[in-house]
Amino acid sequence: MAELLTLAEGVAALVHDGDVVALEGFTHLIPVAAGQEIIRQRRRDLTLVRMTPDIVYDQMIGAGCARALVFSWGGNPGVGSLHRLRDAVENGWPVPLRIEEHSHAGLANRYVAGASGLPFAVLRGYSGTDLLHHTGTVATISCPFTGEQLTAVAAINPDVAVIHAQRADRRGNVQLWGITGVQREAVLAARRSLVTVEEVVDTLDPLPGAVVLPWWTVTAVAVVPGGARPSYALGYYDRDNDAYRAWDAVSRDRSSFGAWLSQLLGSTAGFPDGAGSSEVAGE
Amino acid sequence: MSEWTADEMMTVTAARALAGRISCFVGIGLPSTAANLAQRTCAPELVLIYESGTIDTRPRTLPLSIGDGELAIRAQTVVSVPEIFNYWLQPGRIDVGFLGAAQIDRYANINTTVLGDYRQPEVRLPGAGGAPEIAASCREVVVIVRHRARTFVDRVDFVTSVGYGDGPGHRERLGLRGRGPIMVITDLGVLQPDPETCELILMSVHPGVDLDRIAAETGWPLRTHDSLGTTPPPTDEELTALRSLTTA
Repeated sequence: MAELLTLAEGVAALVHDGDVVALEGFTHLIPVAAGQEIIRQRRRDLTLVRMTPDIVYDQMIGAGCARALVFSWGGNPGVGSLHRLRDAVENGWPVPLRIEEHSHAGLANRYVAGASGLPFAVLRGYSGTDLLHHTGTVATISCPFTGEQLTAVAAINPDVAVIHAQRADRRGNVQLWGITGVQREAVLAARRSLVTVEEVVDTLDPLPGAVVLPWWTVTAVAVVPGGARPSYALGYYDRDNDAYRAWDAVSRDRSSFGAWLSQLLGSTAGFPDGAGSSEVAGE
Repeated sequence: MSEWTADEMMTVTAARALAGRISCFVGIGLPSTAANLAQRTCAPELVLIYESGTIDTRPRTLPLSIGDGELAIRAQTVVSVPEIFNYWLQPGRIDVGFLGAAQIDRYANINTTVLGDYRQPEVRLPGAGGAPEIAASCREVVVIVRHRARTFVDRVDFVTSVGYGDGPGHRERLGLRGRGPIMVITDLGVLQPDPETCELILMSVHPGVDLDRIAAETGWPLRTHDSLGTTPPPTDEELTALRSLTTA
């Protein structure tokens, strides 16, 4: 069932304009190459979902791929703001971005409900916070047994989940280990999934504590060595903290971001609204 | 080694607040530095837990993010993100939650979401992350934040994480099971909630800090405790340990 495709083929086949797309990764194993391929293929009007949107979401938002973002913490960890995200939220550039925000516990449980085939999940959370007033997928409910007031979050079932893993075998069984975040839940909650991997091996040696996604739960696998850089792949390469620090200056203004984007694309033809051009639209 | 910076004074004081604790849920940035210092000084057995799912981790270098590889390979175990929140944080197993803030108010409510109006923000901040449930469910919360007028406001623009809400009894009415913030450590002094009013009051001033400056940097009429003290200065051992912490 899991097809072995190139990254370009996988994105072309599985990620469509207007989709709800979750590229997940919690600092570790972030599917950066897949996100940049989505930029190259000029996807538009995506609803991007991710607990911790970091620099690849900053790139996708700055390139105008997204019209909405569902998230729980949007920053450059240990460095500061995501400037393209801020520009989209504060100034609507390059296109207005609708946001739906959660706490980590809340968004994690939206995936759990989605993966579990339930309409919602229950947690102790959000009580007394202003998030409750702004986020439509959070509600207060009573425990049917005790009457205690608890919080419900709606299930999330993305059209497609995209993750990066250390390795897969030729049938498409996927194995990842270290900090595995919410990737299993994202793939199981999604209608389709694309997994980029560091390598394909003949047989997956069992690894205690590893997460395995069996071939029949994965739509497509693409081999992309280094596909998580500048994040890291435990056992393969380390996090490039300097690259995260350097992104701060690149992303800080529209023209330096535009230069970065032009380099990624070779050209910016087809990018509307000034994204990727060195002209700064009226702020 | 008798000279130190205001930030060093703050971090050392925050590390001391973790003495005698079993477990600490750590936010990134200033809390992480202080928690790592505590593990090297007053609390060598302290169990550090990061929201990336790393439990009882002993990083050799300061992590830049909450999910650095160093945290994973130096952890007793690594669990998924749903698990760290649902099984470990939510039931109230963790002694201390250690948080930073972009804004904090007189009732120790924390804002890390926006400055200004939510829909038309002046500054869009990173958002909630793990903080709302850390603030709700850890048995106690310690906050570490630099003492500036733009940060210490009368009311936060947005309640991301609840301290004492509107005052006495509010946490109980909300069903929050942890006790809430017990200490706010800044680069100028230490604040604690008044047991009666829940309002933050000044408990101690760091050596050499002027009381007028603290008042000027606080956005509400800050009361001082009757037995206001001076924070003990950093020891040579603490400063040596702090300065040997290197960031990844």
